[in-house]
Amino acid sequence: MTGKFMLSRRDLLKTSAAGAALGLASAAFPIRAARAAAATVGFIYVGPKDDYGYNQAHAEGAASLKGIEGISVVEEENVPETVDVQKTMESMINLDGASLIFPTSFGYFDPHMLAMCAKFPDVQFRHCGGMWNKDKHPMNAGSYFGYIGMGQYLNGVVAGHTTKSKKLGFVAAKPIPQVLLNINSFLLGARSVDPAITCQVIFTGEWSLAVKEAEATNALIDQGADVVTCHVDSPKVVVETAAGRGAFICGYHANQSPLAPEKYLTGAEWNWAKVYKMFVDDLIAGKPLPNFTRGGLADGFVKMSPLGPAVGEAARKQFDAMLAEMMKGGFSVIKGPLKSNKGAVVATEGQAFVETAIELESMDYLVEGVVGSTA
Amino acid sequence: METTDIGLWGVPLAMLGGAIRVSTPFIFVSLGEAITERSGRINLGLEGTLVFGAMSAYAVAVMTGSPWLGLVAAALAGLCFGLFHGWICKFPKVNDIAIGIALMLFGTGLAFFFGKPFIQPSAPDLPAIPFGAWSDIPQVQAALNVNVLFLIGAALAVFLWWAFRNTRVGLIVRVVGDSADAARAMGLNPNTVRLLATGVGGALAGIGGAYLSLYYPGSWTERISSGQGLMAVALVIFAHWNPLGCFAAALLFGGAGALGPALQSVGVTQGYYLFYAAPYILTLIIMIATSSPSRTLAGAPGELSITK
Repeated sequence: MTGKFMLSRRDLLKTSAAGAALGLASAAFPIRAARAAAATVGFIYVGPKDDYGYNQAHAEGAASLKGIEGISVVEEENVPETVDVQKTMESMINLDGASLIFPTSFGYFDPHMLAMCAKFPDVQFRHCGGMWNKDKHPMNAGSYFGYIGMGQYLNGVVAGHTTKSKKLGFVAAKPIPQVLLNINSFLLGARSVDPAITCQVIFTGEWSLAVKEAEATNALIDQGADVVTCHVDSPKVVVETAAGRGAFICGYHANQSPLAPEKYLTGAEWNWAKVYKMFVDDLIAGKPLPNFTRGGLADGFVKMSPLGPAVGEAARKQFDAMLAEMMKGGFSVIKGPLKSNKGAVVATEGQAFVETAIELESMDYLVEGVVGSTA
Repeated sequence: METTDIGLWGVPLAMLGGAIRVSTPFIFVSLGEAITERSGRINLGLEGTLVFGAMSAYAVAVMTGSPWLGLVAAALAGLCFGLFHGWICKFPKVNDIAIGIALMLFGTGLAFFFGKPFIQPSAPDLPAIPFGAWSDIPQVQAALNVNVLFLIGAALAVFLWWAFRNTRVGLIVRVVGDSADAARAMGLNPNTVRLLATGVGGALAGIGGAYLSLYYPGSWTERISSGQGLMAVALVIFAHWNPLGCFAAALLFGGAGALGPALQSVGVTQGYYLFYAAPYILTLIIMIATSSPSRTLAGAPGELSITK
């Protein structure tokens, strides 16, 4: 029975020769040439694109491009930060003819995106995060990010007015600079209301670990935290667990208010639609794409969720005033005199780091008032 | 919200609460696997069954508004996966471990495919019984909010432990697991027994999945399991195929998993990666302490492909 399907050695040689010829042909005449008229933009997400979080924020940005004339969007979700993402990028370039790729997750950059940059010098790659460096990395790569720490500062202002126990909670994934800046900003925002407030942070060690995030939220609330926020890929579990325990929530990445309409105060959201539109406009106009793109609330890279019903009058007033102040630009969250929670001076009297300060992108400390450690 | 400062008491309380909250999927998957392995087969596909159970429970609960129907759907889906595994493995020269791995990938993939539209909506939760109502401390009340599935799991562990020793069905499963030849001599068909044992094991794993998506953490995402099904299969060996041991091991893992977050919450913040590794280090130590070069593991069914 099985004999019918067995190949003779000669058949095998013939078949593989034909296969090799086909492979050569497709290398010589890339399929991409057939589609040169329209530009294809590729988006790669590390998780599901409707996760109420990081990936949803990017996918909403990608979705906003779909109406633009001459632009087609290809997406792939649940791509691990391994050699898998290289295969995804190769297939987007070779099969879909993508000329601009946004690998959106932190761990895609090194070595995966850099390897693809070297292999496809004609394709542009822009990575979400702060990793690109003019001296070290190729010019067809680049990075874009938003100063969302400002949003966490505003979260902190509202949280500071709302908390009764004077204890806030923060569920964080990994102690990288962007996460640390968010934690510090959240606490400093709250301390602008009442300098006695502290913030307890729990690191889960991974971007997406549903059970551990729920345990962390419970542990924070057990210790008396009554306003909780987070920096994990999908805040859904944290929001639902905290609301279930009766704590208030400040959102992150996207608007989570539908999950807990009564307990949701406000949230720091990405507005990637604005950023992706900028890149695509340059692409259509034939202009070189910027390699280093940053922006904050004033630039429309970041926005705040509408204030929830539990936000009081005083909080509303200070929130609006602070937001107006930030919209002018040049606001600094980290300003002296300020110490880390280990006692080291991070900013001396009169020293201030504005949101654009590049020093903030290598932050490695938690400020005084944050209970937690970076390792 | 009223809070009471409980300080360092938070750690044991979190471990108790964590043991109750986190352990339930481990209990169901490991009890299911214990039944399957006692009959002489290994079903590594329970990770896939767990994820598919979580998805189908959530989807049905969203569509019907009843978490109990979701639970039934998860059990049925798990039963189908188990029967499928049992059916394929009855053919000669089929390796049950390889089929298990295939079904694990198939189950998770299928769950992702059908689960797409259900990531956003919210489903009703399975009810919990407030055993902590006697206490004025909200943290104690929260920790002792025990889900009915945990209680069912505990009762099931005791029942299975009794049934393996004292009932005819228990004896049949054990005979088939220890010696297929002896079973045939008794007029039993090992394949049928194993088919049913794998089916029941799958159904229990499906219920474990329903707990994940309908109670704790209580939502359907594609990362909901993060390997809990595989850990539970390993727990069975750790528990020496004893249902009571499975229950204890599941509690231990739940409690140890809560240790990391709880210690950070009381200010022990250094070295949290080490605390997160605690359950695995504990497993290694116990496995090494109880192993012996001169005999096979106590309680190991003779027909298992790993002990043969």
